[in-house]
This record gives sequence, C-alpha cells and structure tokens, in this order.
Amino acid sequence: MATERIVIDPITRIEGHLRIELEAEGGRIGNAWACATQFRGIEKILEGRDPRDAWAFAQRICGVCTGVHAIASIRAVEDAIKCRIPESAELIRNLVSGMATLQDHVMHFYHLHALDWVDVMSALAADPAATSRLAASVSPWPNNSASWFKEVQQRVATSAKGGLGIFASGYWGHPAYRLPPEANLMAVAHYLEALKWQREVIKLHTIFAGKNPHPNYLVGGMATSINLDNQLTINKVRLDQLGELIREARRFVDEVYYPDVMAIAGFYPEYASIGVSSPTLMAVGESAFSCSGTPAGKPVAAGLLMDGDYRTSHPFNPRMVAEYVSSAWYLYPEGDRQGLHPWQGRTDPNYTGPKPPYRQLSDQEKYTWCKAPRYDGRPVQVGPNARIMLAYAQGHPDTVQLANRDLGKLRAGVEALNSTLGRTYCRALESVILARRMEEWFAALNERIRSGDVSTFNAELWEPESWPKQAQGMGYLEAARGTLSHWVEIENGRIARYQCVVPSTWNSSGRDPNGLMGPYEQALAGDKKHPLADPKRPVEVLRTIHSFDPCLSCAVHLLVPGGPAFEVKVR
Amino acid sequence: MKDLQQWAEEDTFGDLLKRRGVSRREFLSFCGKMAALIGAGGVFAGSRTAWAQELAGRLEGARRPSVVYLQLQECTGCLESLLRSASTPVEELILEQISLDYNELLMAPSGEAAEQALATAQGKPHLLLVNGSVPLKDGGVYCTIGGRSARDVLERAAANATAVVAIGACAEYGCVQAAAPNPTGAVGVADVIRDRPVVNVSGCPPIAETISATLTYYLAYGRTPPLDGLGRPLFAYGQRIHDKCPRRASFDAGQFAERFDDQNARLGHCLYRLGCKGPATFAPCATIEWNDGLSFPIKAGHPCLGCTERHFYDRMTPFYRRLPGIVVPGIGVEATANTIGVAAVAASVAAVAVHSAATVIAKHRARRAEPESLPLAVLGDRKEADEKDKD
Repeated sequence: MATERIVIDPITRIEGHLRIELEAEGGRIGNAWACATQFRGIEKILEGRDPRDAWAFAQRICGVCTGVHAIASIRAVEDAIKCRIPESAELIRNLVSGMATLQDHVMHFYHLHALDWVDVMSALAADPAATSRLAASVSPWPNNSASWFKEVQQRVATSAKGGLGIFASGYWGHPAYRLPPEANLMAVAHYLEALKWQREVIKLHTIFAGKNPHPNYLVGGMATSINLDNQLTINKVRLDQLGELIREARRFVDEVYYPDVMAIAGFYPEYASIGVSSPTLMAVGESAFSCSGTPAGKPVAAGLLMDGDYRTSHPFNPRMVAEYVSSAWYLYPEGDRQGLHPWQGRTDPNYTGPKPPYRQLSDQEKYTWCKAPRYDGRPVQVGPNARIMLAYAQGHPDTVQLANRDLGKLRAGVEALNSTLGRTYCRALESVILARRMEEWFAALNERIRSGDVSTFNAELWEPESWPKQAQGMGYLEAARGTLSHWVEIENGRIARYQCVVPSTWNSSGRDPNGLMGPYEQALAGDKKHPLADPKRPVEVLRTIHSFDPCLSCAVHLLVPGGPAFEVKVR
Repeated sequence: MKDLQQWAEEDTFGDLLKRRGVSRREFLSFCGKMAALIGAGGVFAGSRTAWAQELAGRLEGARRPSVVYLQLQECTGCLESLLRSASTPVEELILEQISLDYNELLMAPSGEAAEQALATAQGKPHLLLVNGSVPLKDGGVYCTIGGRSARDVLERAAANATAVVAIGACAEYGCVQAAAPNPTGAVGVADVIRDRPVVNVSGCPPIAETISATLTYYLAYGRTPPLDGLGRPLFAYGQRIHDKCPRRASFDAGQFAERFDDQNARLGHCLYRLGCKGPATFAPCATIEWNDGLSFPIKAGHPCLGCTERHFYDRMTPFYRRLPGIVVPGIGVEATANTIGVAAVAASVAAVAVHSAATVIAKHRARRAEPESLPLAVLGDRKEADEKDKD
C-alpha cells in the first residue's frame, strides 16, 4: 500500500497555530512533523523596559494560560533584586494560579478535547432518563436530571438545524467514537455546564487581581489590600465570595470533571498504550500547583524520570538544557548542529520555508518556529503527566493513593500514564489534588488575617534606586502545561535581557540534529502503530495532539543574543 | 428524541425562544438589561423601556446569522474574555443567537474540514470577527493558517463580510507584538481592510460584555453601533474610567496611596500616584466592570494600564510612573484631569487624524455602503442581499 501524505492545518481546539504533517500507510502513522506557524518576538520587545512592567508584556504571551507568564516574570525580577514578599501575598498568588490551572484543565477537557471522544450527534439519540441514571451511577452531581438532559438535547438539536455552527463538519459517526448515546449526552450537558462554571469560578481573579483574562500582578507582592473594615479592599464580603468560589471549583472537579474523565476512559482503554511519547519526563515543581507541599507531606522535588524508568527520580540540573535550531527557522552562527544553553541562547529569526501560500513544510530540513530544547540530548515531556509521574516516583501521598486506585480500576501500570489517555487522566487527577490545596491555602490566608497579618506588599525594594546596578534572576514554576521559566538580566534599572523557556516548547519541538523527534511527533509516529483510519477525518490524531493541551503562542518565543550566565537555584 | 426535521430552516430567534420555553417576560427582562448596558453610553434618546421593546422586537425576528471568527497573531485572551460574558453567555450565543461557522478555538473539525467550513462560510454574507494582528513583514511568514498568510486569510474572509469587527488591541493596531521594535511588522485589521469601516472593540482584552453587546447590538439593529474617532463603540468607550471611578472622590479630595498597600491604599484611596492611567483611558471598566460586573483593576487595588488606548505598551509605560504634568488636586481638579487625559492621548489623536483621513478616502472608493445602510443579509434577508449583489 502506498504511503499517503497528510496535512492537518489548522489544528483546531488549541491555543495558537499548529500544523501537523503526516505520512500514513495502511491505517497507521509512519512519520510526523509538528510545525508551529506563528512568531511574535515578545522578549525582544522587553529589552530596555522597566522590569516592574515586564509581567504585563510577558502575560500577553498567552491568554489561555493567562497569569503563568506574569508570575514567572515577577518571580524572576524579585529573584534578581532579592525581594521577599509577604506570606499573605504568596498565598494569594497560589490561589490565583491554582484557580487558573483548575479552570484551564476543565476547559481543556470539555471545550478543547472532549469532542475527540464524544459524538455530539449521537447525543441526540440518547434517552434522557437513562442518561440521568447513568450519571447518578458515577456522581452525586445534583444537576444530572432527566429534564436537564432533555433540555440540552433540544438545544443542541435546535442549534444543529439552525446553522450547525461549531459542531458542523465534526467527525460524527466515525467508528472511532465509542461512547453510548447516553454517555455522549452526559458529556455534552457537562460541556455546557463547564462554560457556565468557568466564568463563575474565575471571579476569584477579579476579586484578588481586578479582572480575567489577564489579571494584575505586582513585583513585591499583590496589589490588593486586605482591610476588613473598608469597601474597596479584601473584606468579609470578598472573603465569603472567595470561599464560595473555591468550594464551587472543587465540587465541579470532584463531581463532574473527574468522574467524566474516568467514565470516558473506560470506553477507550487502548489509548493507554497509544500516543506513547518521550520516555523522559521533567517537572521542576514550585508552589501553587499540585506539586506543592501539604501540611502532611513535603513538596515534590524538581526532577526527571529518564529513559522509561518511571520509578527513579533524578535531580534536575539546569546546565543539561540545550536548545537546537536544526528544524527551526533561526540562525545560529555556530551552525545548526550546535545546541545552546538558554543563557547563551541566541535567536535570529531566519525564515527559509516556502513563500505562503504553501502546501508542504516537511520536505524541508526546517519546518517550524519552535526551537528544540533537549535535556542531556533527550527530548522531554512536560505537563500534568510529568508532574504526576514524578510525584508518584517520589511517593507524594495524595498522588500515590489516588493514582493506585485509578490504575487498579483501569488495570494498568504507572507506565500507562505516558500515553494519550494518561496525559488526559493526569490532568484530571492533578485537578482533584489541586482543588484540595486551594482549600488549604485559603484556610491559611484566613488564619493570617485572623491573626492581624494583612500585609500584601513589600515596599522596601520598589524603587529601582534601591537595586544593584546589575542583577540577574530567574522565576521557575509549573504552569498548567508544564515547566516554565523566565530569566531576566537588569542593568541600571532596565531590562538588559529577557528570556522564557516555555512548556509547550519542550512538547511541540521538532527534530534535533540527531534526528530525534519532539514529543508530539514521537507520540504520533514513535512506534509506527498510531491509528489513523480515515485521513480526511483524523480524529485519532486530534486525540493524541490534544492530550498535550498545546499552547503554541507560548511555545514560540524569542531568546536574545548573549544571555546572562547565572548560578541556578531551584527553589 | 426530537426529530431534526421538526426544526424548520427558517426558524427565527423568537421561535427558538418559544420552543426553549423562555417566557416573554424573561425575554423582555433580558432585553431590558441589554438596553441598559447599551444605553449606559448615552447614545440613545428615549426611555430604556422603549429601547428594550425595540430590541425585543428585532431580536425575535432575527435569524441566526453566520459568523466567521478568525484568530490571527494573538494570545487567545480576547476570545477567552468573550467566553466569560454573563450578559450573553457564550453557550446562548453559539447555540441560539449566531451560527459560529468558523472559529479555530471552539470548532469540532480540523484541517481540511475546517478549511472547507471557512470556504463555505466566507462565500456567503457573514459577520466577520477578528482577534489578532496581521504581521506584514517578510511576506507574512510570521503567522500562517492552512499555509496562507494571516493577511491572505483576512482578506478572503472579509470579501463577503457584511460587517468587520476587530476585537481586542491586537486586531485594532497590533498591541504587544507591535510595541517597539515591532519585530514582525504587526498591524491591525483596519490597516489591511481599507475599503470599509472596521469596528474596534478595544482592550487587552476587552471586557466580555462589551464584546458580546457589540454583537447583540448588530443582531438587534442590523447595523454596527455608533463609533468614536478610533472606531470604538460609544456605548463602551464614550467616557473615561476616571469619570466613573469609585476612587474618584479621593482623587478630588487629594487623598492618594503613595505606596501599594500603605495606609491610604488600605482605605481605598486614589491610585493616581502609583501610575494609574484611568484619567487618560476611555473604557467601561468602572461602569460595566469585569466578570459579571464584579470588580475591575482599580477597584481591586491595581492602577489602570490604559489597555484600551492605542499603543499603550509604548505610550502608557512605564506603567507605574504617574501621568505627567498633573497639579495636585484641590483647585481646578476636573480641568486638570481633563487636560491630562487630552495631553496623554495627544500622540494618538494625531495618529487618529491620519487614520480618519485614510478612512474617509477609503469610504469614497468603497465598493460597499456603510454598515448603517447595509441590508440585513447576514440576518438572512435574502431579497435585499440579492439586490445588493446586482449592484
């Protein structure tokens, strides 16, 4: 059988612009190329600016993972000027980041990923009463009534007739869809409920940080003041609202999102061995995400699982990181075989691809705007499955307990978490754990307020005159999609250099000089077994690509020439 | 299960509401809220009740229009904002008010099927919404979709568009990626689509309800809302944040926070000296507020960044430096504050003048009429659309 060339562009239901080119034969993918097709150059724009402004520029790298770049930025600046922030401000940042991650994970599942598993048109054939019984068997969620499911069915039917809209031309009826109509209807109803839920719970951002998307941050703390006896501050009305939002967030995760993922996973067990990607996974966990410590356990340490050994955690050494441009449209004076550490990184955009409109990119050596970062020469997966697998290897109590329970149900080992289904499941598991942390952080914040410790800002190092003439800093965190770091070099109160090393860059990278594929590519073509039944309707490919939760605006970033050489502290 | 055939192609919005069991009273209440929101800018004469009735009448008769919603060079924050709309929840919008025939973030199909959906939708009258800028440098290689440059994608989608709405600062003028030195040559929609007016829903991102109300305005009245000199709807951008700010009284009284979280900050006093750009920023943050009217940056303690003003990443920075030239309030406060506003936007006014002139020229050579006189083709009025096609 002849090899068929397939282009999928745009990949929809992601953030940013991604093109996938494939070769397939006999219903299996033989080769894959991931092409990032947007470049903006925000780091370059930051040079010469006030470092206290940098968060507001960096934040606009992405409006889906809104906030993570802002936090990485203010941490980098605070690290450079040695500014410590009040404990209450740290707790507020944790709550803001935590809610962003919960909202991001839930929206990813329902609005960006679910239509790969859920056949919307099949939901129209469901029996609402049977759907309600099915839902009751997996969750106590009170909205799961027959009348609500019936209303959802009518709304979708009406919409489908009146113009189809976003559900038009879906791959409905594709044999790869395997849920019974009732499960499809339940998921469609929760798709709509999740839209309502997300705009509610994100109000935590509005209270603490003024708005969402793109909430406000501040070098030295948070801008919101706590005063129980004023109208425009965090007072008891606001605290009560916040408590309710946090409870609402946890309940939806526990009673809707997590049970839905488990229910759907049960119908697609083969995807626990499809989409297996790079066997090296990395997380450099810091606060605000599932990796953080609990009253009962210590935080997950920064580390890696290497070469398929998912039981042994290796310490993270930042000096092992190098970025390559052998497949990316940049120029290294040292040549394309050379890998540069981000601190020495240089980026001269140098597009060598075909002039648009074009039909193919993969016939050229360079085919993407995404550089290829490698750890000690290895492609690396980052994101929820890296965090959960690392936490598991380190014996993190919540993670081990919940993962063992679920893996038992699915009759799978921990290696199954490195798969299409594994990545999707880990996002849900992480949300369950994170929702618990949210309640703990909020209780800790209330305790501080009760004790009279209301400070949210450290003013000592606000003025640039109080800073050293030259300073360098880095901000590390685990964003929703994985390890994120920002690096800043400050000279005379201005940004001299600024760099971001972003999660999606690790995952969506192209080939390196040794020909090793990036994680997306490897998940699709690593074992030559990935299914693709009908190239015109590539739902299997979307399952695997979406399991990474791609964020392409994040992935493509600009490193500036001659970066700083710092000593690295992983906090 | 209801058979799909039971839903006639020519269903109107009013029919759909009836079928959904939405009572007339609930619907009028919704229209009342929308009229209040739109009327807040003071652009209409007459009572709100009358406007609510008018809106109700028009919405009920409307058919679901086809909408193409492009995402070009951007961060997706503007569409995320629309997803937060409480006045028109997005599930209502996409299931009942519009037919969202192309949008990369939300649509089910990818690749060929998605491209086909775009080709079909843009071949007919439709409402075109755009997030993101157009990088013109180096032949447009900095943003391609389906192998086409952003410019190519935009021009094709605009050809049959009944109206063009640029949502967010990127689509308006390029926003952060157009900040100096603008490495990719990013420009706004109106810099590419020159043959007709473009509505600019400003902000980085705009408030959710501002975006959704711009759409429902169009759905209800069949024309785009009245605009200011920068193409921004008056109902949202007609007044400065400073004019409606809850901290305004402390500004007038000369009570300022001097440091974040100092005693005055904890008393809710004015953030002007911390760099607040509210006096120079035309936006509805203090009136509509964010996330279902809950709060907005200044209310929550952070100075306004001025994100609805053109080139705020260059003109409003450093963000924490106070606006230049202000006299400590006490005497002539309002005049001073107004002057500040005018001074700070002077640069953009010059730019606007150039832009407006260009728009006037463009209007003269426009192939199409202005939106106000356009037929409701996008709403399904085939007769008028056909007549227009003959022109």
